[in-house]
Amino acid sequence: MTTPLLSISGLTKAYPGVVANDAVSFDIMEGEVHALLGENGAGKSTLVKMIYGLVKPDSGAMSLHGAPYAPPDPHAARKAGVAMVFQHFSLFEAMSVAENVALGMEEPPRLRDLATRIREVSETYGLPLDPGRIVGDLSAGERQRVEIIRCLLQDPRLLIMDEPTSVLTPQEVEILFQTLRKLSGEGVAILYISHKLEEIRSLCDQATILRQGRNVGTCLPRETSAREMAETMVGSSFAAPERAPRAPGAVALDITGLSVASPSAFGTALKDIHLTVQSGEILGLGGVAGNGQDELLAALSGEILSEAHAIRLNGTPIGRLGPTARRRMGLLAAPEERLGHAAAPDMSLTENAYLTGAQREGLTARGFIRWTAARAFARTIIERFDVRTPGPDVAARALSGGNLQKFVIGREVLQRPEVLVVNQPTWGVDAAAAAAIRQALLDLAANGAAILCISQDLDELMEISDRFGALNEGRLSEIRPAQDLNVEEIGLMMGGAHGMEVAHV
Amino acid sequence: MLKLEKRPQPSRLWTWVTPLLAVVITMVAGGALFAALGKDPVEAIATIFWQPLFGEFAFYYRPQLLIKGAPLILIAIGLSLGFRAGIWNIGAEGQYIVGALTGAGVGLAFYPTESVLIFPLMVLAGALGGWVWAMIPAVLKLRFGTNEILVSLMLVYVAEQLLAAMALGPMKNPEGMGFPGSRNLRQYESAHNAELITGTGMHWGVVAAFIAVIFAYVLLTRHSLGYHIRLTGQAPRAARFAGVRPARLVLVCLGTAGALAGLAGMFEVSGPAGQVSIDFNVGYGFTAIIVAFLGRLHPLGILLAGLLMALTYIGGEIAQSNMGLPAAAIQLFQGMLLFFLLAVDVLTNYRIRFMSREAV
Amino acid sequence: MDMGSISPELLLASLMVAATPILLAALGELVVERAGVLNLGVEGMMITGAICGFAVAVNSGSPAFGFAAAAGGGAVLALLFALLTQVALANQVASGLALTLFGLGLSSLLGQGYVGIKPPPVAKLDIPLLGDIPFLGRVLFSHDLMVYLGLALVALIWWMLKYSRAGLILRAVGENHDAAHALGYKVVRIRVAAILFGGACAGLGGAYISLIRVPQWTEGMTAGAGWIALALVVFASWKAGRVLLGAWLFGGVTVLQLNLQAASVQFPLSTFGWMFFGAPLIYLIRRKLQRSRVSWRAITAVTAISATGLGYALVMRGALAPFKVEYLSMSPYLITILVLVIMAGDKSRAPASLGRIFHASQ
Repeated sequence: MTTPLLSISGLTKAYPGVVANDAVSFDIMEGEVHALLGENGAGKSTLVKMIYGLVKPDSGAMSLHGAPYAPPDPHAARKAGVAMVFQHFSLFEAMSVAENVALGMEEPPRLRDLATRIREVSETYGLPLDPGRIVGDLSAGERQRVEIIRCLLQDPRLLIMDEPTSVLTPQEVEILFQTLRKLSGEGVAILYISHKLEEIRSLCDQATILRQGRNVGTCLPRETSAREMAETMVGSSFAAPERAPRAPGAVALDITGLSVASPSAFGTALKDIHLTVQSGEILGLGGVAGNGQDELLAALSGEILSEAHAIRLNGTPIGRLGPTARRRMGLLAAPEERLGHAAAPDMSLTENAYLTGAQREGLTARGFIRWTAARAFARTIIERFDVRTPGPDVAARALSGGNLQKFVIGREVLQRPEVLVVNQPTWGVDAAAAAAIRQALLDLAANGAAILCISQDLDELMEISDRFGALNEGRLSEIRPAQDLNVEEIGLMMGGAHGMEVAHV
Repeated sequence: MLKLEKRPQPSRLWTWVTPLLAVVITMVAGGALFAALGKDPVEAIATIFWQPLFGEFAFYYRPQLLIKGAPLILIAIGLSLGFRAGIWNIGAEGQYIVGALTGAGVGLAFYPTESVLIFPLMVLAGALGGWVWAMIPAVLKLRFGTNEILVSLMLVYVAEQLLAAMALGPMKNPEGMGFPGSRNLRQYESAHNAELITGTGMHWGVVAAFIAVIFAYVLLTRHSLGYHIRLTGQAPRAARFAGVRPARLVLVCLGTAGALAGLAGMFEVSGPAGQVSIDFNVGYGFTAIIVAFLGRLHPLGILLAGLLMALTYIGGEIAQSNMGLPAAAIQLFQGMLLFFLLAVDVLTNYRIRFMSREAV
Repeated sequence: MDMGSISPELLLASLMVAATPILLAALGELVVERAGVLNLGVEGMMITGAICGFAVAVNSGSPAFGFAAAAGGGAVLALLFALLTQVALANQVASGLALTLFGLGLSSLLGQGYVGIKPPPVAKLDIPLLGDIPFLGRVLFSHDLMVYLGLALVALIWWMLKYSRAGLILRAVGENHDAAHALGYKVVRIRVAAILFGGACAGLGGAYISLIRVPQWTEGMTAGAGWIALALVVFASWKAGRVLLGAWLFGGVTVLQLNLQAASVQFPLSTFGWMFFGAPLIYLIRRKLQRSRVSWRAITAVTAISATGLGYALVMRGALAPFKVEYLSMSPYLITILVLVIMAGDKSRAPASLGRIFHASQ
């Protein structure tokens, strides 16, 4: 038997209140594509951070090529041949591609030589990239290429990829997989982190499944059904959301020719968006991150103003109205970023309930806040949406991602919106909470609300939406009934392969 | 090895303990400083904190507490609103000066007419003067995106020059035999901000300070505007999502701070100081920054912190005359207080853990 | 205006001197801000440097020791700031203010025995040949070493930020501290080093004021130079070369107003009128060039203001008044505000992590 490339035995890491990893052990062989599977909060990120030298384990040991391996920092990990592509990119927006690559290398050549090598490698692997461009101007897919090329330039033995496909279109995913297969053919081991089961089944040789920090099983993904893996991952099976029959009514939200600039320096401007949402209907908007999703939500919530007639609510032009006025008229929104946008981290749940509930729940009287009523509203949200928390006086940041998201969605749903706009409603949320949130959206639509759901999770959109469209570089694709679409078509609506090519060699 | 660990939510206990802890640490460090200057540290600390309240001449010093505390509290209340919203007005000293100039200007313009309307007019003019001076950084910030910290501070230096120009020029006392400085408003009954109850130090400025404390308390705890101020400071993006208009908040916060600082200047010039002179301003506008932070930007905290800081001013003067402690030592002492406060503040949001070497 | 009594040669030479303190302080702050830290305590570090340098120079008789002590003093004060913001994770704005208040108190305490003393003189470099060039020799080549040190620092920092690996890492930390941390860079250590460098530079700038430019010790003698240095960094869009340009601009304004004070030049009152006449017209023309619509109300207002200004100018034609010292002394601060107004639009160059607290949680 050959020695494994990387062997992990009994790795444990505890944080106050949680054991992130509890005696995790597994091996990765040379040239193997190894999946690390688990729900949000299962401990995948902590584990790879230990391998990459960012976090030190409390106990346990690792060995690389049979020799003990305990990197004190990422520099040491990179020297040992371990490279990592981060989920939330470790990139510097105001700097050029070449500078970004240089920062991730131990002994980078001079910038001019580096630029040449970036061109070479990017062509070899079908990841076209101009080393002189500023990263802030690149799309999410292109940014990922920067990270991948940064890793490839160092001839890694082990490549760690943290949720790489969440920023890619289906076509781009296919090309990425070919690149990864080519790498594994060259003997590079790949540790592939994901919670998308079908992807893992098509790509990976081995899978290790984590639940609540423990290794709860290994399997051969090609021989295991997605359902089995899902059950091991979640630990129990639970009901898929139920879809009551719905009869779409009159047009509630009507967007015609909406164009707005982005408020942030490296944001995406919206270009001539046209769409309608009928009451009792869910319109799903897909698209890779950074293609105008945040801007669209802001333009609808009233944080960005547009021309009055570009947005109509039940026929009334509202483009020039601020968030408060729009809320009063029945247009509510739940942004993607929970901490700092949808909720104030250091404020209590009562204060956060007041944040958007002030108008529709009548929590203000002549400018003064009715704290008792606000508290009661917070209690109602907590009860109705099963938010696990000691009570309404707890600070928002003390809640787990899933619980806070249930609170945020619940806060809007309970205000009986006529139109609800949500962005990434289940992002970074555990499966049970995600199912609850989707069910709440379906129920709301069944009761006659119009829902615009922006999401990067295509499975989610297919599950709940009636019609589907995609955002690509601030433009909206044609909108089509969701039932008739296949993955190929969805991918093309999202912008296809964005110029990515299959690896040349 | 020490390690900081973020608390799930800010500790209520530490929120109130840290200012006290900072005061204690400052006393210790200050004692060491006084010892280094060759003074008896225990005596020096006792002189500063005990003498004014319970010493032999306490009957004289206690009223001073209100006289010195009122402008500090008045200015700090205004500053605290902005600081909570992340709007950094550090030019209160300038607004204080301009408020004094406009307030005194109105009074001097009416000299020697006597009328009960003059003082209220001066109050209005003082508030207006400070407000206008604070509107400059506000409007420049909104119109051109300039940094309010730098602009408001630059305007302090401009205001100081303006004060000198006024004291030497238009406002100079024509009967002052060439000495710089205006007529003494204390000798002009209609414009005099006199003690309301003799021997207490209570003047209209003290009343205004108390009103400001109550007003700010109600605003911050009960009113939606206060909520918006807090929200903007903690999570600006969430504030915009909630429908807060940042521009309006900049105007309100800077305007209130300016008006209150102007009022403080006006009450000072027409009462305790008496006249417009080159060295009229003694740094209340800057000390008020310390007061605001020491009081945790909370109105009641500011009330206590303002009185404490007034105590160090008075005690410092006593220590200066009795023990020969340099005035600068007191200034340094106050600076240290803010330093230690910021340092121990970490305990409110973080827990300190002791860890063994190898685990880190 | 009668400017005849002011020699341009002397003016430019003293401009170089007047620019040096804010140049040094602003360069230090530039490095600090590029690392993502906003240290508003420049004024406090400058004045501490001023007294440390002065005291040591007087006691040792050597200005060189003085400057070394000034750099040390500034760095020690900066270390306090580093402890507060990088270790205790305190708010940077508040900590910077604390540093300034503390520095002002500390310096006046340290400076007690030094009021009214003359420091040892600093020798000017007598550069042979170059110094003898008419005009340029006097303007460029007859200064003390610190002036050239300041200029060298501009080049060094420019080169470092643009071409060196250390500069690349420094910028990376200032741009996105989380990403830099994820790649294994020691964010806190790098920032502390930058803060100390900034403190040393500010200290040198302060000592330049007390040892060369004035030269004596008075309380609060930096008089806002530290704050002007902060404004200069914004003005320069965080670029070393433009810091130099800005420092010369401020140096020029300072020197000019001092000369005007000394020369007691007469000031034609009609200038105000011409200003009020011209400014609205320039505004109107700018709006027209931008092709934005101008309302009738605005045009009426502009015409009214212009007409009043013109009338005032004509009435006051020939009337002269002496410049008042106080109003002249305002000019550096007013110019700073003006410069901030003009440059404020260009915030895009600000380091993205500027002023944000970094805590590597997990």
